[in-house]
Amino acid sequence: MTKRIRIRSVIIIVVAVACILRFTGIPTSYADLKANLSKNIRLGLDLRGGTQLVLQVHVDDALKATTNQTAEALRVQMEKDGITVVQVVPTAVDTFEARGVDPAKDSEFRNMIEGGYSDYDIVSSESAGAKTYTMKMKMRAAEEYRVQAVDQALRTIENRVNALGVAEPVIQKRGGPGEHEIIVQFPGVDDPEYVKGIIGKAAILELKLVQGTNSYPTRDAAMQQFGGILPSNLEVLESSKGENSGSKVFWVVNKVTNVTGRDLKSAGVSRDENGRPAVSFHLNAAGAQKFGKLTGDNVGRLLAIVLDGTVVSAPRLNSRITDNGIITGGGAGFAPDEARDLALVLKSGALPASMTPLQEAVVGASLGADSIKAGLIASAVALGSVVIFVLVYYRASGINATVAMILNLVVLFGAMAYFGATLTLPGIAGVILTIGVGIDSNVLIFERIREELHAGKTAVSSVATSFSRVFITLVDTHLAALISAICLFLFGTGAIKGFAVTLVIGLVSNMFTAVFVSRTLFEMVLSNKERTDTLSI
Amino acid sequence: MIELFRGIKVDWLGKRKLFFVISIVLLVIGMASLLYRGEFNYGLDFKGGTVVSVRFSDNVEIGKIRDLLPDASIQAVQNTSGAGGSEFQIELGQSVVNEDASIGRQTVTSALEKNFPGKFTVLGSESVSAKVGGDLRRQAVMATLYALVGILIYIAFRFEWIYGAAAVFAVFHDTLVTLGFFSLFNYEINLTVIAALLTLVGYSVNDTIVVFDRVRENLKTRRRDDFETILNDSINQTLSRTILTSGLTFLTVLALFIFGGEIINNFAFAMVIGIIVGTYSSVAVAAPLVLIYTNARKPKAVAANRR
Repeated sequence: MTKRIRIRSVIIIVVAVACILRFTGIPTSYADLKANLSKNIRLGLDLRGGTQLVLQVHVDDALKATTNQTAEALRVQMEKDGITVVQVVPTAVDTFEARGVDPAKDSEFRNMIEGGYSDYDIVSSESAGAKTYTMKMKMRAAEEYRVQAVDQALRTIENRVNALGVAEPVIQKRGGPGEHEIIVQFPGVDDPEYVKGIIGKAAILELKLVQGTNSYPTRDAAMQQFGGILPSNLEVLESSKGENSGSKVFWVVNKVTNVTGRDLKSAGVSRDENGRPAVSFHLNAAGAQKFGKLTGDNVGRLLAIVLDGTVVSAPRLNSRITDNGIITGGGAGFAPDEARDLALVLKSGALPASMTPLQEAVVGASLGADSIKAGLIASAVALGSVVIFVLVYYRASGINATVAMILNLVVLFGAMAYFGATLTLPGIAGVILTIGVGIDSNVLIFERIREELHAGKTAVSSVATSFSRVFITLVDTHLAALISAICLFLFGTGAIKGFAVTLVIGLVSNMFTAVFVSRTLFEMVLSNKERTDTLSI
Repeated sequence: MIELFRGIKVDWLGKRKLFFVISIVLLVIGMASLLYRGEFNYGLDFKGGTVVSVRFSDNVEIGKIRDLLPDASIQAVQNTSGAGGSEFQIELGQSVVNEDASIGRQTVTSALEKNFPGKFTVLGSESVSAKVGGDLRRQAVMATLYALVGILIYIAFRFEWIYGAAAVFAVFHDTLVTLGFFSLFNYEINLTVIAALLTLVGYSVNDTIVVFDRVRENLKTRRRDDFETILNDSINQTLSRTILTSGLTFLTVLALFIFGGEIINNFAFAMVIGIIVGTYSSVAVAAPLVLIYTNARKPKAVAANRR
C-alpha cells in the first residue's frame, strides 16, 4: 500500500467514525443507543407527531394602541402647558386629531409635536375659530412598531409556552418583509385547542373609567343616554359575562386607557371577597403612580377592568389604590382553571396585537409512526434493489459502489446531526433520492472505466483517467442540482426546507464519497494485486 | 460481464422530427386535460381548506358523516382504511377557513363530538386559510424560474450559451409534461410536488450535462467530423450511463412511490414521471436544439466551444 492510499484511508475512516459518533454518541447499551439516535436525529413534526401553527400577527393593533396612548399623553401635556384643547381623539390606527386648539398657540403646538411626538407628522390643520390638527404616524415609525409588535408577540408566546412546560417547542418569525407571521411547533401535542387558547389570548388588560354609575342591558340603551350619538371620547363595551342575572350587560367607558397591562409587575391567583377564584395583580412604579392618581381623583366612581376589549368587572373605587388590585370574575366568578390561565397570560405579558392562525397542522403520534414505517420500508427497498443491481452488474466493483453509497448515508446523517437539521417525511424522500443520485455518480465513473478498458488501457490508467475526466462532469451535474436545491430551500417552508437541506448535504457528501472514497477503494484493490491489468467491473 | 447498450449506433438526431412530434403531443395532451378540468387539482397548501383524518371505534357509514356537516362546507369524505374499515378523511372547502385556519378542525370535531361522543379519535388534521394559497403559488413559480435561470447561467458559463439554453428548455419541457400528467391523472399538486419539480429541474439536467460534456470532449479530438455525427456518437457513447443512472434513480423513486405511504405519494409520482421524461428529453429535446441552432448559424462548420 502506498503512502498516498494510507493517508486517504485514514481520512476516510476518521470522517466515517466522526459522522457515526455524531449521531450514535458513545452508547453503553441498546436503549442508550436508541436514546442517542432520537436525540441527535431530530424528527420533524410530521414524523413524531405534534401541532404546528402559523399565526398572522395583526400588527395594526399595536399601531392603534400606540396612537391611543400618544393621543392621551398629548392631551395631558397640553393641559399642563396651558394650551387649550377641547379633545384629542384617535381617528384611525395611525392617526389622531387635536380638536379645538387655541389658534394663538399654533407655533407652540407645532413645537410640542415636533419635540415630543416625533413619530407623528402634522398632516393637516383646519382653522375655523379654534384649530383642529391631524397627526399621522410616520411610515418608518409605523413599520418599526409593526416589527416590534411581532418581536414582542414572539417573546410573549415564548414566555407562555415555557410556563406551560411544552417540551422542545419551536417559535420563530416567518415570512418576508410586510408579512408578520409567527410559526409555532409543539411536538407531542395533538390537541391544539388548549395550547392555542393560551398562546392566542391577547391578554390586553386595560383599566378604564366608567361614565355614569350603572350598566345598560343593550348597546342601544347605553347610546340613548347620550341621545344616540356617543361623544368621541367614550365607547360602549360589552361585559364578558352577565351579572348575577346571567345576561350580558354594556358599559359606557372612557376611550382613553389610564393603566394598561404594560404597567403590570406581576399577577397571581387569589380569591375574591366571596372566596371565589380571582386574579390579583401588582403594578410597577410608573403604573402605581398613574393608578394612584386615577383612583385618588375618582373615588366613588366605577373602574372597568377590560380584558381584550370586554369588561371583566367594574368595581367601585372606594379609596385611593396605588400598586395592586384584584380582577374578579364578575357575577358568575372564574372557574379555578380560568383564573390560573388568566394569571399566566397576564404575567407573561400582553400580546401587542391579536393573531389568527393561517395554517394549522396536527399530526397524531400514530400517523407519524406510520410515516416513519413507510419511509423506512421505501428506503430499505430502494437501497436493497440498487445494491443488488450494482453487485450483479459491476461484480466486485459493485462492492466499491455499495461502500461509497453507505458512507454517503453515514456522512449525510452525521452532517444532519451536526447542523441540527430536522428529518421530515420529505426529508426521507431526500435520503432515498440521495441513494439514487449517489449511485449515479458511481455508474458514470464505472461506465467510463469500462470504456477505457475497452479502448485497451491498463486497469490502473483506466481508473486514473476515468476519475479525473468524470470529476469535471460530476462537478457540473452536482452544481446544477445544487442550484435548484438552494432555490428550493429559499422558497420552501417547514417540511420542504427539511427536504432541501437533506438534498444539499447529500449532494455535497456524495462528491466526497463518489470521487474520493470510491477512487481510494479502487487504488487499494489495484495496489494489492500482482497483475494489475484485470479489474472486476 | 453484463453489458447493456454497448456499441449502439442509433441516428437519434435523424429522428428529431419524430421526437418533436412526441413532445408536442405530450404537451398538447397535458394542456387539453388542463383546459378540460379548468384547473389543477391543487392541494390544501395552495387552495386553503381543511382535511381531518378520523378513526372511529365502531363501524360508521360514510353517509352518516356526510349528513353531520353543512353541505356548503363539505368537500369530500373518503374512507381511507380500505373496505369496511372505519378511518375517514373529511375535507372541508376553503369557505370554512376563509380567515381563521383553526375553525376547520373545530367544525369537524364539534360535529362528531355531538354525534359520536367518545367513539372517535382525530389522527391528524391540516388546515390552511384561503388567503395563504395565492402567495404560495406565485412563490413556487418564482422559485422554479430562479432555478431555471441559475442553471441556464451555469451551463452557459461552463459550455456555451446555446447549450445552457437547450438544457434549460429541455428541463422546462420536462416540468410542463410532468404537470400535464398531474392534470391527466388528476393527481393533487401540493407543496411536496413543487419540491419534486424543483428537484427534477436539478436532476434532469444531469443527463443533458453528461451528453454535452461528451460532445465537448469529442469536439476536441475529432475536428474533421461533422457536428451531427459528433452529437449522435456522443449520445450513443453515453447512452449506457444515461439509461443506467436514470434507471437506478427510477428504481429508488419507484420504491418511494409504492412503499412510501400516502402523504409522499404525489411527490413520488412527480419523480417517477419526471425521471422518465427527463431522460427522454436529454436525448430528444436538448441535443436536437443544439444541432438546429448550430446548423442555422453555420451550415457547414462545426461550431462549439473548444476549451
